[in-house]
Amino acid sequence: MADEIIRLEAVTKAYNTGLPSQTQVLHGVDLTIHRGDFVALMGPSGSGKSTLLNIIGLLDRPTSGRLSIHDTDTGALDDVGITRLRGRTIGFVFQYHMLISAFTATENVMMPMVIDRGFPSSEIEARARGLLDEVGLSAVADNLAPNMSGGQQQRVAIARALAMNPDLVLADEPTGNLDTKSAADIFALMRRVNAAAGASFLIVTHNIELAKRCDRIVEVIDGRITQYGNAGRKGATA
Amino acid sequence: MNPLLPFDWITALRFLREGRMQTGFIIGGIAIGVGVIVFMSAMLAGLEQNFLKRVLTSQPQVQLLPPDQIARPLRFGEGEFAEPVVQRPSQRVRSIDQWQAIAAEARRMEEIAVVSPSMTGSALAVRGEASRSISLTGVDPETYFQIVKVPDYLVAGQIRLSSDDILIGVDLAREIGAALGDKINVTAASGARRVLTIAGLLDFGMKAVNLRTTYVSLRTAQSLLGMIGGVTSIDIAVRDIYAAETIAQRIAAAHPVQADSWIRTNAQFFSAMRAQINTNTLIRVFVGLSVAFGIAAVLVVSVIQRSKDIGILRAMGARRGQILRVFLIQGGLLGFLGSLIGSALGMGVLLYWHSVARQADGRELFPLILDPRLFIGAALLATLVGVLSAAMPAVRAAKLDPVVAIRG
Repeated sequence: MADEIIRLEAVTKAYNTGLPSQTQVLHGVDLTIHRGDFVALMGPSGSGKSTLLNIIGLLDRPTSGRLSIHDTDTGALDDVGITRLRGRTIGFVFQYHMLISAFTATENVMMPMVIDRGFPSSEIEARARGLLDEVGLSAVADNLAPNMSGGQQQRVAIARALAMNPDLVLADEPTGNLDTKSAADIFALMRRVNAAAGASFLIVTHNIELAKRCDRIVEVIDGRITQYGNAGRKGATA
Repeated sequence: MNPLLPFDWITALRFLREGRMQTGFIIGGIAIGVGVIVFMSAMLAGLEQNFLKRVLTSQPQVQLLPPDQIARPLRFGEGEFAEPVVQRPSQRVRSIDQWQAIAAEARRMEEIAVVSPSMTGSALAVRGEASRSISLTGVDPETYFQIVKVPDYLVAGQIRLSSDDILIGVDLAREIGAALGDKINVTAASGARRVLTIAGLLDFGMKAVNLRTTYVSLRTAQSLLGMIGGVTSIDIAVRDIYAAETIAQRIAAAHPVQADSWIRTNAQFFSAMRAQINTNTLIRVFVGLSVAFGIAAVLVVSVIQRSKDIGILRAMGARRGQILRVFLIQGGLLGFLGSLIGSALGMGVLLYWHSVARQADGRELFPLILDPRLFIGAALLATLVGVLSAAMPAVRAAKLDPVVAIRG
């Protein structure tokens, strides 16, 4: 399909392969994510959802099976190719904000673009400030990461994830560390960005209420996608 | 962000700035190490130069002397000796055979800078009732004073050696009660005597030398010591002081002379100097190693502390090579900054020590040598040590699995 971004076919992941202590984490996962999708990834701890997220985010490689991004088989790419594809296609939002404390909010948002182009520029800075404005953080744009609240840091992380105009944003429990109000704000922000920028979102969450507001819920249990349901209306807002 | 700096430089600088206490301590450590190296190297270079100057300006670098006289046993026939005990004959003062030819050939050698024939013998300096035994050296002032810097030791009068002049040490003058311009009687062992005028007073800094050393013109010495036209030594200055021994051996092999180089006659001094140079090198190596371990330790800790940052940067598209450079640059910068501060520190201590450390006579203990090559060398070496020390932590950082790094 033309708007297909990610396709996983019979993806497995095992650790300590060949050893008696081999652990099979994923068992033949098939999954497709299309442009504009807003998907919740759920499952109990240890079910394999983080592993699945890492494989989709090109941070880890499957033991077997095929992962295609825009019809490109990622198994054929070397480390540099994988890194470049990851930088340009996927944005990350981590649970614990994961901003680089040595940089200001603006610089954190600039960073993916600086890494990609090699040097900073006024154009990159303008885009970073624009993104921070979009997430409502113009006032703290020049604050160092540790001088911001948890909710603010997570907004910066979302702005940073959008810096490279990614096709897919992977968010690993982005609201898990926030109070209820901040969590709702962050979720609303992601929904808004999804609608406005067209970036797909795959969000790991334990919060069933938030998951229900996503277009789809993918549930991982014991390394298998046991539920592949449609929980809401595509395009619905929080 | 400075638009002129690439990603890896920006990140390296920010990491160093953020961990400013860690950075400050390690730069302090490097600065002390580099300071010690700069101070020791400059001071030892000064001391070495001072010692060398003293040794090489107070004696010829190669001295050609008549060969030792040896006694040959008288034989009746094959394996039959008239007298089995062979005594070493006393070495009388003799002229070097064919000295003009040997001197002329020495002058033609490229490695030799100056050649000066001289005549040395014992005599008595007499003034009134006082007499002292002296070593009388007759020299050609034009050439000899280029080899032995006698004028440097002049404290009164002038360096003038006409046929009636003599230069004597200040202690001899005091002992025989003579002053500049006074006349003294110089009597040789053979009984020959001349009345000479004290043209200059010398102070070599050693009483024993000041009591015995005197200089007259070559002709005066030849006439007093009864060897008209002869010389007892040919004194030589060479272009490369460390080649003196080789040159001496070559001359001795080609001519019937005994050739002594300053290296052989000052063997103890020479080996002491070598030992000092070796010790300095060893100290530099160990200080360099401790600096290297310090930088490596700090960066290893930094890699551990920043593993999450590294994971995020990798997730955002930073390649392994870029992460590697972030840490190599940090190592190089630590070494470079440490070396700058260390050079200033070393120079400051050197200036202070130079102003405080004095010889017994109040002169400087060592000449102040501020060779820019020393500072440039120290900076380059410290930067290189920094980069090399950072290699292991940098490789470790570059190899970090982003999944593991982010998980912490």
